[in-house]
Amino acid sequence: MTADTTKAAILTLLGRITPDSDLSQLRGDVPLRDELEIDSMDFLNLLIAVAGELHVEIPERDYGKVLSLDALVAYVDARRPRAG
Amino acid sequence: MAEFRMPSLGADMEAGTLVQWLVKPGDRVQRGQVIAVVETQKGAIDVESFEGGVVEALLVEPGTEVPVGTTLARLHDDGDARPVATPVVAAPAATSTPAPASTATARVSPRARKRASELGVDVHALVGTGPDGAITTDDVERAAGSKPSPADGMRQAIAAAMSRSKREIPHYYLWHAIDLEPALQWMEAGNERLPIAARLLPAVLLLRAVAVAVKQLPEFGSAWVDGRAVPPAGIHLGFAVSLRTGGLVNPAIHDCERGTLADLMERLRDVTARARAGGLRASEYADGVLTVTSLGELGTTGVLGVIHPPQTAIVGFGAITPRAWVVGDAVVPRRVVEVSLSADHRVTDGVRGAAFLRTIERALQHPEDL
Repeated sequence: MTADTTKAAILTLLGRITPDSDLSQLRGDVPLRDELEIDSMDFLNLLIAVAGELHVEIPERDYGKVLSLDALVAYVDARRPRAG
Repeated sequence: MAEFRMPSLGADMEAGTLVQWLVKPGDRVQRGQVIAVVETQKGAIDVESFEGGVVEALLVEPGTEVPVGTTLARLHDDGDARPVATPVVAAPAATSTPAPASTATARVSPRARKRASELGVDVHALVGTGPDGAITTDDVERAAGSKPSPADGMRQAIAAAMSRSKREIPHYYLWHAIDLEPALQWMEAGNERLPIAARLLPAVLLLRAVAVAVKQLPEFGSAWVDGRAVPPAGIHLGFAVSLRTGGLVNPAIHDCERGTLADLMERLRDVTARARAGGLRASEYADGVLTVTSLGELGTTGVLGVIHPPQTAIVGFGAITPRAWVVGDAVVPRRVVEVSLSADHRVTDGVRGAAFLRTIERALQHPEDL
């Protein structure tokens, strides 16, 4: 399991939340809210999906650390349960 | 005997197109059950029956545009033993142009429906690739090969409603900075103990605080109709939802003063999702008594909104922003939000408007009571 698989998984979850967006053009270092015009409800739904599928529950005090795709991938990848 | 009519889903709606029947003659329907899908300028809308009973006849065929108020179907009481009348329109399964059964639950995002209309694509023939099988713009464009067109029904609907508002409604505007620190600290302490799926957003606190103010000052939830203010039937707040790729809708969240904040959060989540994926109900379009809008997500500090006719007021929230705030003799950091009120001067006066904003502020100082 690598950061690439974590990124792919998160992009899949993002695609479910913003099905009309072209995620291939997404800049990883820009806040998702600016890149995709997602609002706080979309963002919370994304983090709920991350918790459900990748088993990393992000506390509210850390929301500010995961605003861009790259930051979210790094945060989740560092905490994702590893088999074995 | 009850008649099911083409509903009015906005002050400027004159007609709608029946897209699909979800019942057939002889079916028993419950009050509030969705029985038809209607296409308007704002997209496809599920329409509920306001009466329970048995469907006696479907009077309008799918694909037909009819004026608001046209009788679409007749229902009779459960206890009425009369046989089902010969329908003017046969049951969906027997019509010459039936909608595929698979579309009964298919969702089509408003943007995708608009593109389908522009490109002449029949959305009922598509298989959706979006969440829960929702049909997306990509699905439509893939099916069509894509040739853009200037038609934009939703933009025209917004233009008509906002022009009418500015033409007819004498707006006055007030705004008020509110210290949101007590409410946010209370919410964050609660969220700390909750699983992520149960956490609240500040929008829920703001929505409930507005509901408290409408309850105390109900004239701000009234509608100006035929030269007089009609009191609200309930505290059903319209919540402006942007469609991300253009346009917006204001679905009503019913009875915002009732239930727990967790319950209100779920209803807000549900309505927002359905506004974007397609699947709002007619009552959600028509029942809003006051609109709440927030543009704070992108950093806008304040918004003075345009009233959605025939409503009396729109409440706007800006970004929640850290500020230097004076408490007693000390300057302290506080998270502050600017709340605005645009209101109809035919119905209310500025002093009442100031009291309305003050009521919102007071409610937010005691979040445990929300």
